Amino acid sequence: MTLAEYAGMQTRRDFFRSCAGGIGTIALSQLMAAESAPAVNPLAAKAAHFPGKAKNVIFLFMAGAPSQMDLFDPKPELMKWNGKSLPPSRTKDLKLAFIKPTATLMGSPRIFKPYGQSGMELSDYIPHVASCADDICLVRSMYSDAFNHHPGESLLMTGSPLSGRPTMGAWACYGLGSEAQNLPGFVVLSSGTGTSAGSNNWSSGFLPSTYQGVPFRSSGEPILYVANPAGVSVETQRASLDAMRDLNQQHYQQTGNQEITSRIAAYELAFRMQASSPGLIDFSKESPATIEMYGINREASRAYGTNCLLARRMVERGVRFVMLAHSSWDDHENLTKHLKTNCDITDQPAAALIKDLKQRGMLDSTLVVWGGEFGRTPMTQMNRPDQADNAGRDHHPNGYSMWLAGGGIRGGQVIGKTDDLGLEVAEEKVHVHDLQATILHAMGLDHKRLTYRHMGRDFRLTDVEGNVVRKMLG
Amino acid sequence: MDGRALVKLAPVILRLILPFALVCLAAAETTPVEFSRDVEPIFRTRCQGCHGAKQQMSGLRLDRGEDAMRGGYSGAVIVPRKSADSRLIQMVAGAVEGRIMPPAGEKLSAAEIGVLRAWIDQGAVWPAGSTVAATVVRPKSSHWSLQPIQRPAIPAVRTAAWVRNPIDAFILERLESEKIAPAPEADKNTLLRRLSLDLIGLPPTPAEVAAFLADKSSDAYERAVDRLMASPHYGEKWARHWLDQARYADSDGYEKDSRRPHAWRYRQWVIDAFNRDMPFDQFTVEQIAGDLLPGATIEQRVATGFHRNTLTNREGGVNINQFRFEQLVDRAAAVGTVWLGLTVGCAQCHDHKYDPISQKDFYQLFAFFNNAEEVNIEAPMAGEQGPYLRARNDYYRERRKLLDEYKVTELQPEWERKMIAAADTPGKWTDLDVAFDTVQKMVDGGEKILRTPPAQRTRHQQDAITDHMVRWYSQVSGDEKFKELKFKELRKKLADLEAAFPDLSQAQTLAESPEHQPTYLRVRGDWRQNGVEVHPNTPAVLPALTAAGEANRLTLARWIVGRDNPLMARVAVNRMWQELFGQGLVATSEDFGTQGARPSHPQLLDWLAGDFMDGGWGMKRMVKRMVMSAAYRQSSAARHELDARDPNNTLIARQSAFRLPAELIRDSVLSASGLLYPAIGGKSVQPPLPEAVVKLAFGNNDWVTWKETTGPERYRRGMYITYQRTIPYPVLANFDAPDAGAPSCRRQRSNTPLQALNLLNDPVFVEAAQALAERTLREAPADSKDRIAYAFELCLARKPAPAETDRLLGYFERQKSILAAEPESATKLYPVEPEKVTRVEAAAWVGLSRVLLNLDEFLTRE
Repeated sequence: MTLAEYAGMQTRRDFFRSCAGGIGTIALSQLMAAESAPAVNPLAAKAAHFPGKAKNVIFLFMAGAPSQMDLFDPKPELMKWNGKSLPPSRTKDLKLAFIKPTATLMGSPRIFKPYGQSGMELSDYIPHVASCADDICLVRSMYSDAFNHHPGESLLMTGSPLSGRPTMGAWACYGLGSEAQNLPGFVVLSSGTGTSAGSNNWSSGFLPSTYQGVPFRSSGEPILYVANPAGVSVETQRASLDAMRDLNQQHYQQTGNQEITSRIAAYELAFRMQASSPGLIDFSKESPATIEMYGINREASRAYGTNCLLARRMVERGVRFVMLAHSSWDDHENLTKHLKTNCDITDQPAAALIKDLKQRGMLDSTLVVWGGEFGRTPMTQMNRPDQADNAGRDHHPNGYSMWLAGGGIRGGQVIGKTDDLGLEVAEEKVHVHDLQATILHAMGLDHKRLTYRHMGRDFRLTDVEGNVVRKMLG
Repeated sequence: MDGRALVKLAPVILRLILPFALVCLAAAETTPVEFSRDVEPIFRTRCQGCHGAKQQMSGLRLDRGEDAMRGGYSGAVIVPRKSADSRLIQMVAGAVEGRIMPPAGEKLSAAEIGVLRAWIDQGAVWPAGSTVAATVVRPKSSHWSLQPIQRPAIPAVRTAAWVRNPIDAFILERLESEKIAPAPEADKNTLLRRLSLDLIGLPPTPAEVAAFLADKSSDAYERAVDRLMASPHYGEKWARHWLDQARYADSDGYEKDSRRPHAWRYRQWVIDAFNRDMPFDQFTVEQIAGDLLPGATIEQRVATGFHRNTLTNREGGVNINQFRFEQLVDRAAAVGTVWLGLTVGCAQCHDHKYDPISQKDFYQLFAFFNNAEEVNIEAPMAGEQGPYLRARNDYYRERRKLLDEYKVTELQPEWERKMIAAADTPGKWTDLDVAFDTVQKMVDGGEKILRTPPAQRTRHQQDAITDHMVRWYSQVSGDEKFKELKFKELRKKLADLEAAFPDLSQAQTLAESPEHQPTYLRVRGDWRQNGVEVHPNTPAVLPALTAAGEANRLTLARWIVGRDNPLMARVAVNRMWQELFGQGLVATSEDFGTQGARPSHPQLLDWLAGDFMDGGWGMKRMVKRMVMSAAYRQSSAARHELDARDPNNTLIARQSAFRLPAELIRDSVLSASGLLYPAIGGKSVQPPLPEAVVKLAFGNNDWVTWKETTGPERYRRGMYITYQRTIPYPVLANFDAPDAGAPSCRRQRSNTPLQALNLLNDPVFVEAAQALAERTLREAPADSKDRIAYAFELCLARKPAPAETDRLLGYFERQKSILAAEPESATKLYPVEPEKVTRVEAAAWVGLSRVLLNLDEFLTRE
C-alpha cells in the first residue's frame, strides 16, 4: 500500500477508529476534540477582518532588482541623454550604491509598444506578460527606502530593512490560517542563484515557527525530511506513528499535559504531508497543453515554469501564500544579455500562470504579484570600460515598477509615473509599505489591525506606515 | 498616500516643496503683538500638552523661553524675524507634507498662525517673567520596576512544613490565600531528569538514575544538585541561554553572510564564566567594557565580544556610515534589553510611546558606544603558544614562497596604489571604484591598512589585505588575466597551508578609539539626519550616573551593576527563574516596561533580587536556591481543577512541563544513543546538512560553504553547530532557536508537523536510532523486555510501565513481520552484520529506538 492510498482511503475519524486498539474511548474523544480546537491547530482557517477577494497570494519575487526602464517604464527622453552625464543639480540628492553621480545615462535599447485594450506600453523582452496587459495593474511609481539587497528584500518582505521581523507570508498565515489540509500554509519555491536575504525572506521572525515559509523543491524530496529514511516503508512509518500515538496517549492520561495532544496531531499532519507532497509534484495528470503553456518543455523556462505550475497546484490545495523567488536580476554588468536570459526564464511561465488561473476561474481569488526589492538607475554602471557590452545599471530605489494581477486587483491600468528620466517618482507614489497594506487589504486584512505583541510593542507588517492604494482594487 | 516622504528624504524634498507650500501660509499680522496677551495663550492651550513641563515630545518645550528658542531634537523651530523659515510655523500651517501640528484636534486658525508669524517677524521676544517657573527635575515614574528594590519580610504561612527555603514561603502564602494546596513532589525519576536537563542540559544515565534512587539519605537531592552544578556541562547549558541574549552567531548576517571564524572565542568565555561561577556584576562589566578595565587581560577583552555579535553588512555598495549607525543602535538596544529589561530601542525614532524613555535618552545611551572600534586580537587558548611560535617562521617562509611563485609579491604594490587612487578620486576609474568598495566591505579596516606602510602593518593586517587581493584580483585584472595567474589555485594552497600549521586563536573585541566622535540625536531615527548633539548619559528616569570623570562604557557598566539600579538584579533573577520554571515571575522577561507583564509574585522577585546582590551576585548560588525549593520540586502534572482559575500556572501550583529547546533535543538524542562527543568549548562544527538547504544561501553557496565535520566532532552538542544566519541549521530553525538578529530573552515553543518530519526522517536522528539500537543490543540483557526497558530508560530516565512495555513489544513484533517481508529494508536500517540477533530483529530495534526518540515525553522536560 502506498502512502497516498493510506491517506486517501481513510478519513481521519475512520483512521482513529480503526487504529484505536490501544486507545480508550475517552482518549479518542479527546483526540477528536483536540483536532477541532483552535489552540491545537494554529493554522486552522480564521475569519478575515472584512471580506477580501484574494484567498491566496502568489508572489513572483524577482530578487536582485529588475531594470524597470528596460521592461515596464519607457523613457524616450533618456535616449536623448544617452552617453551624457546629468548636471549636478539633478543628481546631488541621489543615493547610489556603486557608481558616482557623474556616471553617464543609458537609454534603453528595448522597443516598447502598446498592448491590450488598455494600450499599456511594455518592452519587447516580455511579450507573454504583455499579452496579459488587460489583466495586470502596472505600478510605475514604486519607491523604497533601502538601496542594498538584503535590507531591500527584508523591507519588501517584512516591512523593515533589519533582520528578524515576520515576512508577508507568515503574517498572512497568522491572520488567516490556511485552508490546506496536508500542506504548510506558506510555501517557498526558488530558482536561480539564491536570494540576498536568504531565509530572512520567508522567516516567521518573532511569530511562532508554525507560520514560517517552508522551502519546497520541484524534484526529489519536495519538503526537507518529508521522505521516509532508507529502510522505512510506509507500513513501518504508519506502525511507528501508531505506537508513538498510543504511548503518547498513555502518557497524556498520566500527566494531562495538553501539549501531548498537539504533538499527536502534528505527527498525523506530518504523515499526511508525506502522503500528499509527492502527488503535488506529479504532473502526469496535467494536459500536454498546460505543460506547454508553462514552458516546461523548453530548457530555458523549465525550472521556473515548473515552479509556476506548482504554485497553481498548491493554491488549488489551499496553500495561503506561495513565494517563487527567482534570482538574480542584479545586472550591474552585461545588462542586455542577462536581462534577456532572465526574461526567457520567467516571462512565459508568469504569463501562463495568469492565463491558467483565469481559465480555471481562480484568478479572482488569487493575487499574483511580480517584482523585486527596488529598480535600476537610468545611469550606466561600467565595470569594464574596455568592453562596450559590459554596461549595466546600479541600484535605484527612488522609482521602479511592479505589477499585480487577480485577487480583486483592477487589471489594464497603470498607476503612477516617474519623471522623464526615471530618476524620481513624479505622480502617485507607492511605497513598499503601501504595497504591503494593499496586498493585506486584498486578502481582507487591515494592516493596522494585524498586529503581534513582541518586546512590549504591537508589531505589524507595515511598521508604522502604509496606506492602502484604493486605485489598485477593482 | 504618503506621509513619509519628508521624513526619509527630508532635505531634498524640503527644498523642493517649501517654496510652493509657503504660498498658502497665512499672512502675518501687521499690528504689533504682545507675547503674554497674544502668543502665550496659543502655546498654553494648543501646544504645551505635548511640548510643556510634563512632556517634551521631540525634545521641544514651549513653556520656557530659553527652551523654546533652543528648539527640539531637529534643531531650532523659531528663527527670529524669519517666520517663513521657522519650523514652528511650517508645522502649524501643515506646510510639511502630510504633517501638521497639533496632530489631533482643531488646526490653528489663520488668525492664530498670523499672530505667531507676526511675533516671530517682530523679533520673537519672550519677555522674562512670562516663563512658567520650572526647576530641572529628573522625571519620576510610579511604574513598579523602576522603584527601588525592597527587602520584603519572609511571609508566615500555615503549612510551614512544606517550606524548604524562603522562596517557598512567598509561593505558599499566595497559594494559601487562594486556598490552593501545592502539587505533590515529583517522583525521584522525574526530579533527577528535570535537574539534569535544567542544570547541564543532558538527560541522566541509567547508572545515575539507579544511584539516585538507591540513595535514601536526606541530602541525596542536594548532592545530586551539587554534582550537576560542578559538571563542566553546567556552563554549556547556561551559556546557551546567555548566547540567545547575546545574539551569538558564527556569521555576519545579511547577503554575503561571511563566516566569523573567531566568534566561538566569545562563546568559550561565556562557558568558562558560568563554570567558574563568575559573579554576575563582574560578568556584566567585562562584557560591556572589559577592554576599559585597568590592565585589562586578554579574557576581559574577549568578553567584549558580546558587542561584536551584531550583524555586519558586507554587501557591495553599502554605505559604511549607515551600517555603523545600525550597529550602534543594535548595541545600545541590546544592552537595554539584556541588562535593563527595557525596550530602549523603541526610542530610536521618537520618544518611547509607553515607557519614560525619551529619544534623547536613547542617543545618550548610544553615545557610550560611539567611540568604540572593532578590533580582532590574538587570544590564545592554553597550549597554543608553544607550537605556534615553533612553527611560525616555517609558515611564513612557505607562504612567502607561494606568494612569490604566483607573482603576488610582484603585483601587490601596484594593486595597492590603484586602490588608494580609487579612494582618493572616486568616479575617475569606475572599475577601480568597485574594487575599492569591495576592500572596504570585506576587509575590516581595509582602507586604514592600505594607508599603513607594509612594514608597519601587523601580520594579520598584511595577511588580510594580501588574501583579499588574491581573492578579488579579477576586479582589476579582468577574468582572463585572473585565470592565467591561477589565483584560484593559489587561494586553495594558501588555505591548505594555513590549515596545516598551528595558529593562535583570535577574538573579536571592542576597543575605545583615541579619536573622540561627537554623537548626534538622529531625527526620526534616520542616520542621515543629525539633530542636537548629545553626550553619554543614562536614562533620566533611572538613578543618575554618579561616577566622577569621563562617562564611558566602563562607567555605564558600573552604573548598571550599581545597587541603585532597580532593574538589573530583578531582570537577571527573573530570567534564571524562567529557565527553571518555564516562565518568569515577570512573564515578559525581555520587557519590564509598562507594556510588559506585571510580576506574579512581586515580593518574591524583590526578595530574590536583594538576595542575589547580598550574596555577591553568585549565579550558582541563586540557581541552587531555586532548585532546592519545594516549589521547584513539585510535580508538573496538569491540575485540571485549576484550569479555569489559573490557566497559565502563574500561581506556581505545580511545576511546568515544556518542550526542550532545539539544541537540547539534539543533545538528548545524541546522549541517549551514546553518540554524543562531550568535549567542552572550542570551535563550531558542521554536522551533516542537506545540500538543498545550503543551496538556498545567496549565490548558491558561492559565499556560504558547509564543510561537513568528520570524526567524532560531528556529534557535538547543538550549541556548537555553526550558526550561519541566512541558512540556520534545520533542527534549530524548526524548534524555535532565535534568529540571532536581536537579543532573545525567551524562546517560543511551537509544535509543528515540520518538527515531526525533522525528528522522524533527518538522517542525523535516524543514525542516532541505529546507534541506540546497537547500544541496547550490546549493553542490555538478551530478553526483549529487558532490552525495551533499557532503551526506554536511556531515553526517559525511568522504567516503562507494563502497558508501555506491552505496546512497545507489540510494535517490535509488528516491525519484525513487516521487515521479514522487506529484507532490503532491514539491511538499510541496520547496515552492519549484527552479532547477537538476526538482521531483521536488529532492524526492528532501530525502529523501536526511533519510536522512543520521537515520544513527546522524550522531547519534554517535566
